[in-house]
Amino acid sequence: MSTVATPARAPRRRRKSTKLKRRQTRLAWLLLVPSLAVVAFVALYPLGKTVFQSFTDEEFLALNPASWVGLENYKDLWNDTIFRDSIWTTIKFTVITVGFEFVLGLAIALIVNSSFKGRGLMRAVMLIPWAIPTVVAAQMWKSMLQSNGVISDAGVRLGILSEPHAWIADPSTALAAVCAVDIWKTTPFVALLLLAGLQVIPGDLYEAAEVDGANPLQQFWKITLPLLYPAIFVTLIFRTLDALRVFDVFYVFFGNRLGTQSMAIYAQSTIVGDGYVGYGAAISMAIFLIIAIFVVIYLTFQRVVMR
Amino acid sequence: MLKRAPFYLLVLIVFVYALFPFAWALRCAFTPEGDLFSSPLQYVPSSPTLDNFKQAFQAEFFRKALLNSALVAGGVTILSLAIGSLAAFALGRFRFRGRSFVMYLMLSMTMFPSIAILGALYTMISGFGVGLFEFPKIYDTLWALLFTYLIFTLPFTIWVLTSFMEALPGDLEEAAYVDGATPFQVFYKVLLPLLLPGLVTTGLLAFIAAWNEYLFALSFIQDPDKYTVPLAITSFVGESGSAFQQPWGTIMAATIIITVPLVALVLIFQRYILAGLTAGAVKG
Amino acid sequence: MKHASVRLVAGVAGVLALVASLVVAAVGTAGTAGNQAQTAAKYPAPKVPNAAAIKKQYGGESITFIGDSVGGSHNRDVALAKQFTKDTGIKVKVVPHPAASDASYSQLARVFSSKSSSFDVAMIDVVWPGAFAPYLVDLKPKLGKEAKQHAQGIIQNDTIDGKLVAMPWFGDFGILYYRTDLLKKYGYTAPPKTWNQLFAMAKKIQDGEQPTNDKFNGFVFQGNSYEGLTCDALEWYQSAGAGGFIDNGKVTINNPKGARILTQFAAQIGKITPRDVTTYQEGEAHTAFVSGDAAFMRNWPYAYSIGQDPKSSKIVGKFSVTVLPHAGGKSVGTVGGWQLAVNKYSKHVDASIEFVRYMTSAPVQKFNAITNTNVPTIPAVARDKAVVKANPYLKPEIASVLRVTRPARDLKTHYNEGSKAIYQGINQILNGRSASSVLPGVESKLNRILR
Repeated sequence: MSTVATPARAPRRRRKSTKLKRRQTRLAWLLLVPSLAVVAFVALYPLGKTVFQSFTDEEFLALNPASWVGLENYKDLWNDTIFRDSIWTTIKFTVITVGFEFVLGLAIALIVNSSFKGRGLMRAVMLIPWAIPTVVAAQMWKSMLQSNGVISDAGVRLGILSEPHAWIADPSTALAAVCAVDIWKTTPFVALLLLAGLQVIPGDLYEAAEVDGANPLQQFWKITLPLLYPAIFVTLIFRTLDALRVFDVFYVFFGNRLGTQSMAIYAQSTIVGDGYVGYGAAISMAIFLIIAIFVVIYLTFQRVVMR
Repeated sequence: MLKRAPFYLLVLIVFVYALFPFAWALRCAFTPEGDLFSSPLQYVPSSPTLDNFKQAFQAEFFRKALLNSALVAGGVTILSLAIGSLAAFALGRFRFRGRSFVMYLMLSMTMFPSIAILGALYTMISGFGVGLFEFPKIYDTLWALLFTYLIFTLPFTIWVLTSFMEALPGDLEEAAYVDGATPFQVFYKVLLPLLLPGLVTTGLLAFIAAWNEYLFALSFIQDPDKYTVPLAITSFVGESGSAFQQPWGTIMAATIIITVPLVALVLIFQRYILAGLTAGAVKG
Repeated sequence: MKHASVRLVAGVAGVLALVASLVVAAVGTAGTAGNQAQTAAKYPAPKVPNAAAIKKQYGGESITFIGDSVGGSHNRDVALAKQFTKDTGIKVKVVPHPAASDASYSQLARVFSSKSSSFDVAMIDVVWPGAFAPYLVDLKPKLGKEAKQHAQGIIQNDTIDGKLVAMPWFGDFGILYYRTDLLKKYGYTAPPKTWNQLFAMAKKIQDGEQPTNDKFNGFVFQGNSYEGLTCDALEWYQSAGAGGFIDNGKVTINNPKGARILTQFAAQIGKITPRDVTTYQEGEAHTAFVSGDAAFMRNWPYAYSIGQDPKSSKIVGKFSVTVLPHAGGKSVGTVGGWQLAVNKYSKHVDASIEFVRYMTSAPVQKFNAITNTNVPTIPAVARDKAVVKANPYLKPEIASVLRVTRPARDLKTHYNEGSKAIYQGINQILNGRSASSVLPGVESKLNRILR
């Protein structure tokens, strides 16, 4: 089955005439013009400016114009313990949420994919968490998770908790709280993508396997999972990228609290709150590099898995 | 395929997990302001009211926001799908040098935190000149959102659709080409219909992502007439007029209101998500 | 495919229902007839003095005013702007600022740093004059005389390097709310004068109330890691004689009295306060108090009208306000509130100044106080009987409390960064770290900024 990052398997024609090949390549680039135009107009200038700013000491409200400082921002960044804490917090958050969302999302996709009464309702219901704006969902959860909120109340009533708990204020449960919200909110995204991937798998493969006597678990491991790899790969990579850039839910829950900052929160408070545009740009570049590392890890893993 | 009882138990757990906060939002929406945080906590409002919904509907900026968000999200989705499917055709069905580079270029657009590009985007949409280009001033207009949202919907759309394109059998277009079809006809008549599940899936996700986006909307929109839904929802203030008093009941009612069209959209389009690749793949 | 068509119909029906209700709501009676609208109808906006002369000079110009957030406050701005336009012919476009304070700050910062003239007048927080001073017009030449009417503490706050960069618009100060019924029930005749008294009273009341109401707590305040904590903590410090974080240009936050008062407060977290008071901002605090779940609250005056509103409050008529307790020093209240400033890059500076003159004048301050319960910054207005009637926290014994200001003038453009160091550190102390391990770090951060 085809993979994503490596070139597509070529059609059966073994020897293409170079004229045809050149025409096809030209056509391909033509088709890409709108996308590249968007990149050029909407992304190139902002990203380029960020790179440039990271080498200056630009400040939002400073009166003297910014001056070049070379690698000084990066040197300061290397020694910045708060940034290091935020990296660690963000990575923990990413691993936990993407892991849970993948397992749960796959389970939900499999359930919805099979036939049972009520799957239509399930399909609509499963999207509801994703459909609520993040700022509202985060505030909703924040109020539910307070020690006088409904989660503690229900927990005490059902006997699961011995006393109301301040999930967000208590540093030992703070990360769990914010992960729980993100998992609730984003699992539908994963489930929907994996569902689309599942739908593409031809049904006769399963029929043939059943005829051969394979049980559901074997069918899953040998048919479903391998054919789902492309969808899994795309889903995981985008989910991870989003998780590494998390902002909204951390902001609503913790604001600028030390010890529970994500990388994007730290970047935001540096650029917008403190006004250090140059240093903040260096932070953004560092975030970009960290994310790039994760992308490389994924690609390597994918190459290995695809054999 | 799976045994009955544990399967339905699993379904029930998923239902509760997904729906409980929404059920709580419903409860808050029908609860009068003073009873929201009363103790003991009322799981079902003792004196339910439609007041919150009335307040939400009567807020002119909220009604306008529904329309604004629909325009922006709809526009972004259509643009992303159009541009993205063309790109996916190129990236998924052709081999050429630079293919991987383009894929990673698209991906890199989503590797920067939004705050990093916010300042530069703000400068751009406030109208400025770069070399020969003079950007029009689109600050405080919905166009600003339409263009900037592409930054995060386009890469994702392209990657997913490319993945779907590659999953189609390799010699699909051969027959069509032999019959003398142009590439565009091949794209339109052969590939696109088979891509429907992918198009609907990415379309829905792009729509919802644009509908719920907050940071860019907050930074680029000033006039309440142009507020999008997330801005409007965070703008409700209570009777006192103080910014510290958030009318939680009204906000929850507004949340319910905005979730309805999104769920309706899913109900309408879901049959297309489930259209299989080959006949007989439809599980029913 | 019967199932599919049923779902399709359901989906379309859902969308149509939504559209229908939107149309009905649009066509039907719009407008929120809340308390403000009714009061405002009885009390008209004041006329602009000297209108004819202003009209002759500036009539026909258009200015943009970034004003208060959407809702009752925005409506008040619009009403005043309409009156101003009617009298002077200067058109005023009122744009509400984002409700969240840091979003409002970044909006202004962005406009200033791009030297834009997209707005002429803006409302700025009391701690922002230092940061924005280089971008604001000096109002002293034209409004110096009017400035003498206002509380001089705020005028000093708004004067940076000799320039009056903003005119006070409304004031705010920290006060203590307390439950009169509970105090009586537990045998107390007067609200607490010292923090220790408050802690003791809160404990006794909490112990008595919790068996029947497990959400009850003795005391709520703003303990989240945000600007509001700087305000609350400043009151603790100043009332204990521990200084004001930065005094006379020197960082004084790390002193024994300060460490002691912080430790005292940290010891109360989870005992007479909810454990998550360290995530509380103004909203959570007032919600707990007006729902009847707290005996004492520190908050701004805005919460008074919420407490008296039967629709939101369970304690109507059962509470009162007074000055905050002290710890061996004097009772103080941190200064909050908003000012009006004119953008240096505005193309209509003089017309804007006339607008500011009108909006900060005594009759308009009285209008704001009565129709929107805003605290006036002109002491004469604050003493007016009608104003005091609508705003009981303006009783002389409360309104005359010593006002203390945050170190915005020392930190200037780095106020946010400095305040962040302060509130992050204090939040850590409230969450359990010792003052001696946190304060030195805060001190060195502040020193680095001041350098």
